[in-house]
Amino acid sequence: MNLSRLEIGPLWRALLRNKVGASLIAIQVAVTMAIVINSLAIVIQRDAMMQRDSGLDEDNTFYITSTGYANDFNAQVSVTDDLSRLREMPGIVNAIQINAIPISGGGWSMSLAKTPGDDVETTNTAVYMVDENALETLDLSLVAGREFTPQEIRWRQPSQPNWPSLTIITEALAKSMFDSANNALGQTVYIGDEEPMTIIGVVDQLQAPWVGWSNLEHSMLSPENMAFTSTRYLVRTQAGQRDRMMLEVEEMLSSSQSGRIIRDTTTLTETRDRSYQQHEAMITLLLTVISALLLITIAGIVGLASFSVQKRQQHIGTKRALGATQIDILRFFLLENMLISGVGIILGTLCTVGLNIALVQWFHVTPLAWYYIPAGALVLIIAGQVAVLAPAKNAASISPAMATRAI
Amino acid sequence: MLSYYSQLGLRSLRRSPLLSSLMILAIALGISASVSVATVNHLMSSNPIPHKSEQLYYVQLDSWSPFEPAREPNEPPDQITWTDALNLMEASAGLRQSAMASSGAVLEPSDPDQNPFMVSLRLNFSDFFALFDTPFLYGSGWQREDDEQRAYVAVITRAMNDRLFGGENSVGETITLAGKPFRVVGVLDTWQPVPKFYDVTVGAFNTAEDVFIPFYMKQQLELSNGGNTNCWKSPDGEGFEAFLNSECVNYQFWVELPTEGDKAAYINFLNSYVEQQKQLGRFERPLNNRLSNVMQWLENEEVVADDAQIMLYMAFMFLFVCLVNTVGLLLAKFAGKTPEIALRRAVGASRKDIFIQHMIESACIGILGGLLGLLMTLGGLEAIKQLYGDYMQNLVKLDLTMIAFAIILSLLSSLLAGLYPTWRACAVQPASQLKL
Repeated sequence: MNLSRLEIGPLWRALLRNKVGASLIAIQVAVTMAIVINSLAIVIQRDAMMQRDSGLDEDNTFYITSTGYANDFNAQVSVTDDLSRLREMPGIVNAIQINAIPISGGGWSMSLAKTPGDDVETTNTAVYMVDENALETLDLSLVAGREFTPQEIRWRQPSQPNWPSLTIITEALAKSMFDSANNALGQTVYIGDEEPMTIIGVVDQLQAPWVGWSNLEHSMLSPENMAFTSTRYLVRTQAGQRDRMMLEVEEMLSSSQSGRIIRDTTTLTETRDRSYQQHEAMITLLLTVISALLLITIAGIVGLASFSVQKRQQHIGTKRALGATQIDILRFFLLENMLISGVGIILGTLCTVGLNIALVQWFHVTPLAWYYIPAGALVLIIAGQVAVLAPAKNAASISPAMATRAI
Repeated sequence: MLSYYSQLGLRSLRRSPLLSSLMILAIALGISASVSVATVNHLMSSNPIPHKSEQLYYVQLDSWSPFEPAREPNEPPDQITWTDALNLMEASAGLRQSAMASSGAVLEPSDPDQNPFMVSLRLNFSDFFALFDTPFLYGSGWQREDDEQRAYVAVITRAMNDRLFGGENSVGETITLAGKPFRVVGVLDTWQPVPKFYDVTVGAFNTAEDVFIPFYMKQQLELSNGGNTNCWKSPDGEGFEAFLNSECVNYQFWVELPTEGDKAAYINFLNSYVEQQKQLGRFERPLNNRLSNVMQWLENEEVVADDAQIMLYMAFMFLFVCLVNTVGLLLAKFAGKTPEIALRRAVGASRKDIFIQHMIESACIGILGGLLGLLMTLGGLEAIKQLYGDYMQNLVKLDLTMIAFAIILSLLSSLLAGLYPTWRACAVQPASQLKL
């Protein structure tokens, strides 16, 4: 192709004559590129974070709080009673009493050690106090070992500091401490410095309550019911029955006993939305910024290109009169834009990397993967070409007769 | 002259509506993005108690494990133990001080038609109210004797008073909390410090508690722990008392120290207190006590969310792009006016006149863009509120400072953007366009 003949030389000279207009576009492209790429990287990271699975049957799970206040309120009787009524209700797969709700933001954590003592290496984990119905209610499956039996469940009194002697842990926790689920089975871990707990089972996946925690996949089950006046029940319903069962359960618990309040009936879906709300919001805000920015930059390119076409009418007319085809004129403007964008992208790569370094340094954002830069550059080149197309077409349609006007 | 040039400017804007609206829209978008995000940041980092923030100090004592710091690199825990809270209160070494904690309990309204409900509690000493200058609608805080005597007294918020007593003066009335009758001694007027500096452990922008009761009620009524409880070793023994007396931290402590001298004296007091506790076998770490005033404490706890700061940088870069855009468009616009400028120059306008005329035209764009931007900011803040829910509800109020900021920012931006194109316009020679 006649690229050599093609106006690279004249193009550069034309650009240099209109340095300011061209640099303004290049600067816009550069800063737009830095913002778009860095924002998009954050959006993708947050989205990946939100896709993580809690392990529960989230669509069919909800929880409800019972708080006793009457002086004669007997927590132990109330819990036993509530659980047996809940488990009898048609539409409910299973239900448990639990001390904390996965991915809800509030819960208990403990550190576990492989040897007793206070100056030893420990691993942090979330603790869920549950009974023998936990696996079915939480939708967990065993990777190794066995479930709790009803005889192994004890009662924990308020402010009771000690721990049961058995535990079931998640596969991720087993891998962190013992490299594999099978290695972990039968091992003893020490909780609160010196109390031994034997691992009798390993389950596939159960997330901790804190979605921002680095040990999100570390959870352990402790076999106990709690004789606490304020307590939560987690209920798993049959598919599609959740909303109906929430009303029925609330009704059943409220009417079954006086001297307590039944409150905060919440679905796991709502809990997930609330826990990830800030990330969801950040994604929406950044996507808005990205779109607005691309639109502004495109509008700017259209505006300046139109202006430059208008200013060069006679010049273009003369070229046409001297034999340049419409395609040549179109190509001239497309190529001009490509050159300007190219300069912008070189500058933009520096800005992108600089901004990323700053974000990593100050806000602990994960560093950018390299391929974001060529991908972002491509998007901006295409955007630039699209933007310049209409003004370039206008230019191409300028009649050669313009050359004769007003000289 | 000013009004004449403004008219000229507006007329010139009307002549090329597409280009003008593009410029105004660009400024408006840039301004609204920056001002919305800046508002959130401004409120997140605002001083919640400006007249006293340098006299109020948050106390940290390093009671943590000898084997590791509470927080890397060598930070003391962010709260103190029950034992230390009581000891510091007993010493009473500052002008005013209060240990505090959060909890919750069931409130049973005396009106049988109202169902019992959960309320959030703040447990504090009588000094709390004077320490933070809380506004009272009715009555006042309780007395120091009430702390000591473990009196069942309560201060409730205005919202709670509206709910329970229909907004009437309820001082002297009784409410049943955690099964016990409490006498209302005061009703707070609306009080929502932003950030909620006195306790940021579970969210610096949460709503203030519903009911305030004496600190000792924690022990008296065995109230549950609110907020965060962190322990580096298990309690010695069983039961509520053992848990209270453990090395677990769940309490905040504020002290008022009006002068630098008071502060130095208080640091000395804390150090000698810790030395004395070391004799008892506690505080096995090296001496590491901290006093932070309100703004230092908020900084220390990083209450301004990273995301908000990231958005702030992004928004200002966005504004920058909008400005560069406007410079380009103004350049195009003024270039289109070359014949008119040449004519004005030829009939006697000086360069200065042309300069002023075009700067005013740029300012017109700035003001229009700023006004549109402010409207869009209201929309932007509403969107932020919708997106973030409760977390942001106290952080999306546009105040006068921010409105002034928006107007000044848009004016400055547009003048800055107009500078170069105007300079170019001034360079037009009177003769250049008079050929025909």
